Amino acid sequence: MFPATFEYHRAQSLDEALRLLQVHPDAKLLAGGHSLIPMMKLRLAQPPALIDIGRVAELKGISHSGNAIRIGALTTHAEIASSPVIREQVPLVAEAASQVADPAVRNKGTIGGNLSHADPGSDLPGVMVALDAVVHFRGPEGERQTRATEFFLDLMMTDLRPDEILLAVEIPVALQGSGCCYLKFEHPASGYAVCGAAAVVEFDSSGSCQKCRLVFNGVKEIPWDASETCQQLVGTGLDEVTVTNALDGLQITDPMGDTYASGPYRLHLAKIVGRRALLKAAERARE
Amino acid sequence: MREITIEVNGKSHTRKVDPRLLLVHFLRDELDLTGTNVGCETSLCGACTVLIDGKAVKSCTQFAVQIDGSSVQTIEGLASNGELHPLQQAFWEEHGLQCGYCTPGMILAAADLLKNNPQPTEEEIRKGLKGNICRCTGYHNIVRAVQSAARSLQRGSEGGR
Amino acid sequence: MARVFGTSIRRREDPALITGRGKFTDDFKLPNMAYAAILRSPHAHARIRKIDIDGASRLPGVVGVYTGRDVQESGVPGVVPVGWLLPNLKTPDHPIIATDTVRYVGDAVAVVVAEDRYVARDAVDLISVDYEPLPSVTDPARAVQEGAAQVHSEAPKNIAFDWTIGDESKTAEAFNNAPRHVRVQLRNNRLIPHAIEPRSALADFNPARKDLTLWMTSQNPHIHRLLMSLASLGLPEQKIRVIAPEVGGGFGSKIHHYPDEAITSWCSMQLGRPVKWTATRSEANLSDAHGRDHVTEAELALDDNGRILGLRVQTYANLGAYLSTFGPAVPTYLYGTLLSGEYDIPAIFCRVVGVFTNTTPVDAYRGAGRPEATFVVERLVDVAAHELGIDPAEIRRRNFVPPDAFPFQTQVALQYDSGNYEGALNKALEMADYQALRQEQEERRANGGKLLGIGLSTYIEACGLAPSAVVGSLGAQAGQWESGEVRVHPTGSVTVYTGSSPHGQGHETTFAQIVADRLGIDPDQVEVIHGDTDKVPFGWGTYGSRSAAVGGSALAVSSDKIIEKGKRIAAHLLEASVEDIVFEDGKFFVRGVPDKSHGIAEIALQAHLAHNLPEGMEPGLRATTFYDPPNFTFPFGTHLAVVEVDPETGEVTLLRYLAVDDVGNVINPMIVEGQLHGGIAQGIGQALWENAIYDENGQLITGELLDYAVPKAHMVISYELDRTVTPCPHNPLGVKGTGEAGTIAASAAVANAVIDALKPFGIKHLDMPLTPERIWKSIHKNGR
Repeated sequence: MFPATFEYHRAQSLDEALRLLQVHPDAKLLAGGHSLIPMMKLRLAQPPALIDIGRVAELKGISHSGNAIRIGALTTHAEIASSPVIREQVPLVAEAASQVADPAVRNKGTIGGNLSHADPGSDLPGVMVALDAVVHFRGPEGERQTRATEFFLDLMMTDLRPDEILLAVEIPVALQGSGCCYLKFEHPASGYAVCGAAAVVEFDSSGSCQKCRLVFNGVKEIPWDASETCQQLVGTGLDEVTVTNALDGLQITDPMGDTYASGPYRLHLAKIVGRRALLKAAERARE
Repeated sequence: MREITIEVNGKSHTRKVDPRLLLVHFLRDELDLTGTNVGCETSLCGACTVLIDGKAVKSCTQFAVQIDGSSVQTIEGLASNGELHPLQQAFWEEHGLQCGYCTPGMILAAADLLKNNPQPTEEEIRKGLKGNICRCTGYHNIVRAVQSAARSLQRGSEGGR
Repeated sequence: MARVFGTSIRRREDPALITGRGKFTDDFKLPNMAYAAILRSPHAHARIRKIDIDGASRLPGVVGVYTGRDVQESGVPGVVPVGWLLPNLKTPDHPIIATDTVRYVGDAVAVVVAEDRYVARDAVDLISVDYEPLPSVTDPARAVQEGAAQVHSEAPKNIAFDWTIGDESKTAEAFNNAPRHVRVQLRNNRLIPHAIEPRSALADFNPARKDLTLWMTSQNPHIHRLLMSLASLGLPEQKIRVIAPEVGGGFGSKIHHYPDEAITSWCSMQLGRPVKWTATRSEANLSDAHGRDHVTEAELALDDNGRILGLRVQTYANLGAYLSTFGPAVPTYLYGTLLSGEYDIPAIFCRVVGVFTNTTPVDAYRGAGRPEATFVVERLVDVAAHELGIDPAEIRRRNFVPPDAFPFQTQVALQYDSGNYEGALNKALEMADYQALRQEQEERRANGGKLLGIGLSTYIEACGLAPSAVVGSLGAQAGQWESGEVRVHPTGSVTVYTGSSPHGQGHETTFAQIVADRLGIDPDQVEVIHGDTDKVPFGWGTYGSRSAAVGGSALAVSSDKIIEKGKRIAAHLLEASVEDIVFEDGKFFVRGVPDKSHGIAEIALQAHLAHNLPEGMEPGLRATTFYDPPNFTFPFGTHLAVVEVDPETGEVTLLRYLAVDDVGNVINPMIVEGQLHGGIAQGIGQALWENAIYDENGQLITGELLDYAVPKAHMVISYELDRTVTPCPHNPLGVKGTGEAGTIAASAAVANAVIDALKPFGIKHLDMPLTPERIWKSIHKNGR
């Protein structure tokens, strides 16, 4: 309940935050604090210094330019879930953000904190992978970007370097004829995803599937992209039998497990939850 | 130590605090506002819920220094001019509390819920309060209380037009 | 004047609680107060080789660091005692701070006192302990086997007691002669109470007066004062004042006498300044007594018509590393005695082996033994219905104790006071439209898709343990009466003092209703005082659903004593004989002459002025009663759960939850229903989610709310309640008790519903919690 002592630095601008990070290389960034503070209260994390980036204006805001939506790192889950432009243009992000934890946590927790914490049971990582989002950073050398598919490296490890700050994610807008769904099988205690399925499908005018993405949270240490299975579904009409058969063949080595849900059970859930998410996405695409 | 200024229930407070001081301890130990309670350390029970700049937040998951310059409303500041807030009134009338420990957080979470969704369904109320654990009531009368408060807030806003 | 007994008046407790003005223990602050933090063992079992406190002692802000040796050397008794003795019970010492051996993860090893909560926590990290890890055991059935780790040398095979009830040979004979036997092996899952207010203590020892004031999270301040005095601190009882301010839920966990509050008090005695300790949630979950944790084999003998002929039960009950206050009573006298359920069972035998393990001590948690008994009986009856092809409602009906058989003597010591079990069952079935549900279930089974399950729990509850002499003969080191004092002031207003100590039950409201109703005055004229050993007469507190039946009865009797004295004064003033005085609606008058009356206020004034009292009468108007009931009370009822099971994922959705309870007369229906709601949610929690799990090294791996799922609003539903009323025949209020009924009934109702849904797969039994994976695996194993 009582975090260990730390030095506190408050950055007013991105430049100041980067400079502070140079000076205090062991420091942790503090945004909403909803991933970090619980760890500090249990003393599972004891950073010597925190750099509070909560007021850095450059990290805020949602913007729509061209074919992409850019969401600043400090945007909260609640802001994402209620943003008209996100609900309109990238509804999958809003659907997942509205399922993160509970309303009070969503009021403070940020997308940047969530993605860089990279908890395997978190809802947004799989969604970012399914949508081919791009993650933007800035470090001492300037700006850099990584595709979400390459951002998550291992359990709670990302491509974000210690001297960098996550700026924003950029997400291609949903096209006409596409549909998406985020479906979550929730842990009754933590609210994390035991299995969360992010599905995106696109049909051509003849009703044939052009694109199919299915990415799972909670099953592997990092978002699990079921791309091989999805490949089998391209060109089909995504009817229930075809989807069921394809997903029955889902295979994975070493799914994560705990006392609530074992690895084999999570793999089984992926087949069911994945199927339901895909069928729902297809239904929405046809609407 | 760092000097911060936080407005709590309409009154500004300036204090020098250790950066690691959690907001909930700032309220309880520095300001003696003990209505905000602590029930867990993993941001799950919601007993410590307060409104920061109008939004429900778990005050055990914020450092006081983070919200320097913000305004906080706690349960002590909810009644105005001696008149209970409709949620307080409804929790009383509908027996929405027993031991009362989760109640301040529950009421403030419900206030945020009704601000965003003035006429919630039972399911929306239940999902909206999933961040607040009550071990006494089984939630039955909490749901009734929020429904009843929604109705009286609705009446109040219609009456005000 | 309309009666206030039986009406849903709003709670007077609430205005403070809804405005943040309720004062809980951690809310109090005293001048010069310091904060304690406790270092707890990270090992399930280890020898302590050496403790180095130097680093912690040197930290600025630290005012004291103490170990078990310091407690020993201070000359105080320094132990935590057990409050219930069974024959041949092993009672190993339980020091408030471990000295040479730790026996569970969470066992106290040292304590730090500092000027600030944060610094106290920092200092805990600076204490270094050299442990020699020892083998450990956490499962009660494994702990009794050869070669298992030994928790205490004085308890071979870890057996604390081996207890039986019922007639073994008669039961064996019943089984030998019965054509049908059904059997279940089950585990009653271990639970963590999770009162949302963690335990806390603020101890203020005054070295000049040598007295201690202790604010603490207590369900029974006098028990805590007694045990602090006798076993932990050695201070004379009159030098200790225990105050339970607002208490944020208990569910049993705040009955027991724990080391932590004693450590806090001892620290205040060492330092001569106030010391506060408040558990964090993870600390609470390691140190609050856990509940349940039985491993049981049970079998039922029946005839071909489903009539029960015998019941045989064998249980290994986990007691944890030490005997908690009422630990030995819970799996014996609160469990074995309830095994007849609502049924007329001619032969019962039950053996319970109480087992030490390297886990947190186990004690009473809401229901305490009775939910475990209900689960055994109600599961067995359902398995019998399944195997014999009889409807679960019908098999119950065939075995109920009939309404004309009361008082009914069971084969396991209890004598049920009153009941109409079929009445409650019929009402529940009607409310649910049971036949329609069964029909829908058949249709769904035929059409595929989600499965419907209907579960019944026709439960019996025993509350208000009594009388004291009987309870004492069974091993209780406590009386089970309750105190209640009524003081009528000269103006006619009243203050009531009760030994019962609420923590959410609303005693201030309901006890005022009891007294106001009896005295014919407005409840607002009655103040209720509780929870302070310097204010209220000795009492045993609030647990076991005893407050209304025992504490409430004490106040009813005291009120009657007031009326009796009032009649004598009125007779004197009206120049009539006492036999002719009538008391009605708060007025005393001569029978037939209501116009010439004296109100209770006038009588109270006369009693205090004492200018004109009957010859030899003492002035004043107050009465104290120590009410010792003649028997337990026996609430009962039928709960019915309807669930949907997703066969693909194993997920359970609660569709309906109905309860028809009979808790005797009802003082305040709103409060009774609230108690049932909360109890039901806790029972549902055990059935579907809650589970304290230890790993092979004795680490509690579901010790945080991140892993241990207590029900949240979106996980449960609105409950449909109704009542029958069969008054208790042996107490002045006719009340039975309501605090635990919901929990006692609900786990079995929900488990029966889920298993009923799985009937097409041939599944007879699954253990709780019925998690999706457990259900999915059972379906999978049985071929889908």
